[in-house]
Amino acid sequence: MKVSIYRYNPELDNEPYMKEYDIDTQGKDLMVLDVLALVKEQDPSMGYRRSCREGVCGSDGMNINGKNGLACITPLSEVAPGVLEGRKPLILRPLPGLPVIRDLVVDMTMFYNQYEKVQPFLQNNTPAPAIERLQSPEDRAKLDGLYECILCACCSTSCPSFWWNPEKFLGPAALLQSYRFLADSRDQATEDRLGNLDDPFSLFRCHGIMNCVSVCPKGLNPTRAIGHIRSMLLERAV
Amino acid sequence: MSIRTVTFDAIVVGGGGAGMRASLQMAQSGFKTALISKVFPTRSHTVSAQGGITCAIASADPNDDWRWHMYDTVKGSDYIGDQDAIEYMCSVGPEAVFELEHMGLPFSRFENGRIYQRPFGGQSKGPDDPTQAARTCAAADRTGHALLHTLYQQNLKAGTQFYSEWYGIDLVTTGDGKVAGVIAASIETGEVVFFKAKATVFATGGAGRIYSSTTNALINTGDGIGMALRAGLPVQDIEMWQFHPTGIAGAGTLVTEGCRGEGGYLINKDGERFMERYAPNAKDLAGRDVVARAMMMEILDGRGCGPNGDHVHLKLDHLGEEVLHSRLPGICELSKTFGHADPVKEPIPVVPTCHYMMGGIPTNIHGQAIRLSGGHEGEKEYVDGLFAVGEVACVSVHGANRLGGNSLLDLVVFGRAAGLYIEEALRQGMEQAEPNSDDMDRALSRLRRWEESSDGESVADLRQDLQSTMQNAFGVFRKGDLMADGVKKVAELRERIGKAHLADKSQTFNTARIEALELDNLLEVAQATAVAADSRTESRGAHSRYDFPDRDDENWLCHSIYDPKTQKLGKRDVNFKPKTVDTFQPKVRTY
Amino acid sequence: MVTSVTSFGKNGVSDWLIQRVTAVIIGVYFVGLMGWLMANSGFDYATWKGFMGSLPMQIANTLMMFSVAAHTWIGLWGVTTDYLTSLQLGGSATGIRLLVQAVIILLTLVYLLWGLVMIWGGA
Repeated sequence: MKVSIYRYNPELDNEPYMKEYDIDTQGKDLMVLDVLALVKEQDPSMGYRRSCREGVCGSDGMNINGKNGLACITPLSEVAPGVLEGRKPLILRPLPGLPVIRDLVVDMTMFYNQYEKVQPFLQNNTPAPAIERLQSPEDRAKLDGLYECILCACCSTSCPSFWWNPEKFLGPAALLQSYRFLADSRDQATEDRLGNLDDPFSLFRCHGIMNCVSVCPKGLNPTRAIGHIRSMLLERAV
Repeated sequence: MSIRTVTFDAIVVGGGGAGMRASLQMAQSGFKTALISKVFPTRSHTVSAQGGITCAIASADPNDDWRWHMYDTVKGSDYIGDQDAIEYMCSVGPEAVFELEHMGLPFSRFENGRIYQRPFGGQSKGPDDPTQAARTCAAADRTGHALLHTLYQQNLKAGTQFYSEWYGIDLVTTGDGKVAGVIAASIETGEVVFFKAKATVFATGGAGRIYSSTTNALINTGDGIGMALRAGLPVQDIEMWQFHPTGIAGAGTLVTEGCRGEGGYLINKDGERFMERYAPNAKDLAGRDVVARAMMMEILDGRGCGPNGDHVHLKLDHLGEEVLHSRLPGICELSKTFGHADPVKEPIPVVPTCHYMMGGIPTNIHGQAIRLSGGHEGEKEYVDGLFAVGEVACVSVHGANRLGGNSLLDLVVFGRAAGLYIEEALRQGMEQAEPNSDDMDRALSRLRRWEESSDGESVADLRQDLQSTMQNAFGVFRKGDLMADGVKKVAELRERIGKAHLADKSQTFNTARIEALELDNLLEVAQATAVAADSRTESRGAHSRYDFPDRDDENWLCHSIYDPKTQKLGKRDVNFKPKTVDTFQPKVRTY
Repeated sequence: MVTSVTSFGKNGVSDWLIQRVTAVIIGVYFVGLMGWLMANSGFDYATWKGFMGSLPMQIANTLMMFSVAAHTWIGLWGVTTDYLTSLQLGGSATGIRLLVQAVIILLTLVYLLWGLVMIWGGA
């Protein structure tokens, strides 16, 4: 099959280009990451990130035939019709909207900065008990769909609002984490957290485009979490 | 080559659970701490841990006792786990787990609001009561993910200085055997820097990638073991590799033991629940080594499933959709993606897969690295300035076989313990070893070797050869002649890897260079494993030989110590002296 | 928190709320107007003038004018801060954006005043 990969090494190339590879998958429905490993055997200079290869570490987010996803859990058959059969090329590009360091590797500093801005840690100033803090299963269930985020950046880098204002709009991933703590019955910093989201950019740049929902490899729904925060902000304001 | 030096009180190499627990401790106490990780910390392999963290917090059973947990762990280790270390881990465990909860770890809960605990393999209610216990604290089946992210978040809060995507190349040691820090390179820019510190903490994780089939992440290349061995330091019990019973056949991805804890069981091609024959009491929740061997026996006896009869089935559908989706949501996802089976409807094809390195750098409970004076037969002494925690360390709490859920506990308990110890030592004035230019040159030599290579075999080919050699000769069952052959092949691979070629010499995010450097480490771990496995002439825990099928307490109730200088195996006494409880005497191990 | 800019209200919540409330006002106004048009098909200029000159309609029209102005400004402010940024335009972005925003403000105010004159001018 044909694989077309975005290549850029700042030491050698003036500008990025797409390079074609011919890869023999023996007709198997490999994961995109397996295909990348085959490419790397052919051309060790091609760079990409990877770690767990089972969709939990979030290293290998990339743009696969136009849609962001994790290479390790995207089988060729799900990329686009005809890719598995070799009728259409597999096209791999780095996540959009972030500076490219090399090939498929992007600089995620802006993404991580936004994550850090939401104070992504539990805040509770009451003295801790000798055992755990109790939490009902119902309260714990409120964290489902929030804590599972793997920080792969597929969502934020598919969000036009994040593309336009990556320094001011927090982006879906960070906002999902913000709500993960707002929704935690053990967290006490609600007022402070909401206060920090109250400006026209941090949260309100979400226009409900929902690209984040359609690309999230873990099936999470940042738009819904943003909606919940907005409701909390409105309640707080009136 | 003159390089930039950055100085810290302590550096941690590795950003998994153990590394971040240690760095958190030190950063909170205000010492200048850096954490070097070859991946962004939340991409570390701890993130893949599923089932939970085993600890007697007395939630599922209010009468639970850490001594029972200790007994299980000693028995699970096939009696070569150090009892003082196991005692420490099991007794301090609850405190460490409660701390995690206070940090925000989203544990699953019981109706009464306490942390949810599930049954795991090898858990009992003490030496006199083999009743199955439920002692593994869980956040659904994503406990490692929840733990790792929580620790990262707390490190952000504490202000730990992260060097993400920096790769540790080698230890800098002085002529008198002290550790002065580590040489590391920025993956993004290629810059090589000397990280100088009074305390260097290795938390580099395992090395499952020496096998071709493993549940381990691609990054688990034994970097810490490689660095230690090249610095002439010994490793302990390195022949002990755990094969997890349930890796998804073909893909190698892990399916948690929690599946069996929740009531799932293994069946062969006849639909028989075969574990009843091998472990009549604990059945599917026997020790992992026992279950893995039973599965292999079924497969070798022609009762495997699938067209090639090369795996067995893990049956879960009888648990019902609701339980599966609430307790094991990640498994349902993984199974569909990698096993092409929806556990709600059909069994998952599974096969024993390399999972965990019980051996490692020998340490005491404070994480201080140990060597034997005068090579592999001398007295124990500490390596000044070097600490090891987590999978890279061999404290040893896992002995010849680790119990499920004990690795996460190991990470946080000993990451914390090392942090506490270093904090105190720094306060009392720890010495900084001062390397000279020869010492620096030595630590830079292998990087230089790759940089100067002009032709030779490719890294990918050599890695494949190494992995298949290990897979064939050092798997679940081991044979003397196959292992002797394996030892020879690995020695040949050392020659070949020494002449291998790195074609891409660019500086910016050069992953080819990282893979070359990782190959050196894989080789070090593989050779130590091969020699140690070949030399331990008995079967114990995960080390199971056809030619020596029985446990030999007379000769081998001891740790093995591999000395890289002589490439020979020595012995070291196991600790049988816990401080507050009676010794658990070795017994025949049945489940 | 991003503190360097606010568009209209004192914060993001009020902007968001104003945007929604004005949208509702505009919507209700048009539905009402459509209703009147349907109920009075074939009306003449005098009827129309009488209807528009009535006090309730004067108030409704005023509300409508303010709503359109506010809605326009918040909306277009969003558009300018999305698309007229240094990412697209480089260093001169701030200047260009402020210029465009000034033009928008000016036009909006002119239309608003003009509208108020028409509504209350008594012609």
